[in-house]
Amino acid sequence: MTVAANAWGWLRRNALPIYAGFAVAYMLIPIAVIAIFSFGDTPQGKLTFTLGEGFTLDYWRTVFDIPELNEALLTSLRLAALSTLISTVIGTLMAIALVRHRFFGRRAANLLIVIPMATPEVVIGASLLSMFIYYSFTLGFSTLLIAHVMFSISFVVVVVRSRLIGFDRNLEEAAADLGATPLTTFRTVTLPLLMPGVIAAALLAFALSIDDFVISNFNSGTTVTFPLYVYGVSLRGIPVQVNALATLLFVVTVLAVVLVLWQQRRAERMAAVRPEREAPPIPAPPAQATT
Amino acid sequence: MSPKQRLVPYWLLGPGLLWLLLFFVVPMYFMGELALRSGTLTSGFTFTWEWSNFPDSLSGHTEQIVRSFFYAGTATVLALAIGYPLAYAIAFRAGRFKLLLLFAVIAPFFTTYLIRTIAWKTILSDDSPVVSVLQTLALLPDDGRILATPAAVIAGLTYNFLPFMILPLYANLERLDMRLIEAAKDLYSSSRLAFLKVTLPLTMPGIVAGVLLTFIPAFGDYINAQLLGGTGQAMVGNVIQSLYLNQRDYPEAAALSFLMMALILAVVTVYIRFAGTGAFMGDEDELERRA
Repeated sequence: MTVAANAWGWLRRNALPIYAGFAVAYMLIPIAVIAIFSFGDTPQGKLTFTLGEGFTLDYWRTVFDIPELNEALLTSLRLAALSTLISTVIGTLMAIALVRHRFFGRRAANLLIVIPMATPEVVIGASLLSMFIYYSFTLGFSTLLIAHVMFSISFVVVVVRSRLIGFDRNLEEAAADLGATPLTTFRTVTLPLLMPGVIAAALLAFALSIDDFVISNFNSGTTVTFPLYVYGVSLRGIPVQVNALATLLFVVTVLAVVLVLWQQRRAERMAAVRPEREAPPIPAPPAQATT
Repeated sequence: MSPKQRLVPYWLLGPGLLWLLLFFVVPMYFMGELALRSGTLTSGFTFTWEWSNFPDSLSGHTEQIVRSFFYAGTATVLALAIGYPLAYAIAFRAGRFKLLLLFAVIAPFFTTYLIRTIAWKTILSDDSPVVSVLQTLALLPDDGRILATPAAVIAGLTYNFLPFMILPLYANLERLDMRLIEAAKDLYSSSRLAFLKVTLPLTMPGIVAGVLLTFIPAFGDYINAQLLGGTGQAMVGNVIQSLYLNQRDYPEAAALSFLMMALILAVVTVYIRFAGTGAFMGDEDELERRA
């Protein structure tokens, strides 16, 4: 057995992990580039690989020193917060209706929720703009909010629905048996158990909103969000502070997600406090009229 | 069930469906109406049943439409080639690194799409190490470049939509019943044959979902072509964007958006019929059966 043959054998056995490693690197390299360049002492506005004198913290120290950038970021945060609030409430109600009820028009409702996710963003942005033009609507924060809620709803429904489908309904029946009204049951049993799904959906809606460029570009008028600001300056040369801010946002989001994951695990442990062996299923109530 | 109870799902769905109807379906109508107008921006556009807008916008932009198919198609195939082994490795070989690897896959979502693409612009720029390494290896002529070539646009598209490919593949592979593969091997199937006859067919729904979730947004994208491509790399999205926002030729822009939507729907319908699955497109009952 030669060394070459050994090496070849090792490569063959580990081909999959090695390939996966390259794929992961491909996914992470741009993020690393963004972070590294936020410390790079590069000439103002030009990102190149000639890193100049090297490491500097200047752009982190001055990260909030560009007024337009601050304003754009604040607009984005306000927009994302409002759009998340509205779409999460609306979407959660829809998910409950779709999973818990059988009613006329359920398939059509499902279709209406799925199609926006399968529609290219340009088409969504362009069609909304067409309507706003027709009614001579003034483009700005309100049109952005309308658009952001619209494209977030479907994603909220999908996330909350997946949580509802794996839901242990025995707990609700137990609450009802103990004399709780439907509203009390919902408030004290259903909602707390549903919360991890709702929080995940809200996070997704927030991320979608704060990241959206294409649809916003069509419907923003003179309002400038964070991505729109970046796009505007990208034609001239991006201030390095944008890299620092992007890195900061990345770290904050990662922390938020880790927190939610940890919270979810805790919730799952809490929900797991029930008999190991499932009791035989309670006979289903007599079939209701379905469509 | 009392009539009052029967109305509950409609009350729950009401706000969301209304929002989607008003700001997704109705705008489509106005885009269609706009597409049938004629005139100029200065004289105003009047509704004249101008059906010729459709063939005109098609024949005027055949080049960009064909290019969009080519770029999005290549990016989808590449994403599948990169994503499937990675999803497989995460599902079966990652061990305790599973969560970390999944995290790496969704990490790009935590930085702004636009900034990620600009990072690629830096990575592929003429003075970047990537280019000089390729030149040293003579894989690229000495005066060759990557930025502003089709390769750059396809690389950007592949990168940006890769998570949409990996996540459904992973979700599908995770649920794979390993006993079926063991059974195949017990029946003297080789690893390769077991993969082709068992794993691949069983993960078809994941592949279908991943391909659709990658192809559709990639087809409509214009950021990658705009930031990473040169003058000869415009896609349909670029044309729609520029017609709407710069030239303000609304009827032609609307007609082209409609055509794009129709083309995508046609491709998706044919593809789903060919690949055969109801799991995508929100087939509730299918989802529930699996859960």
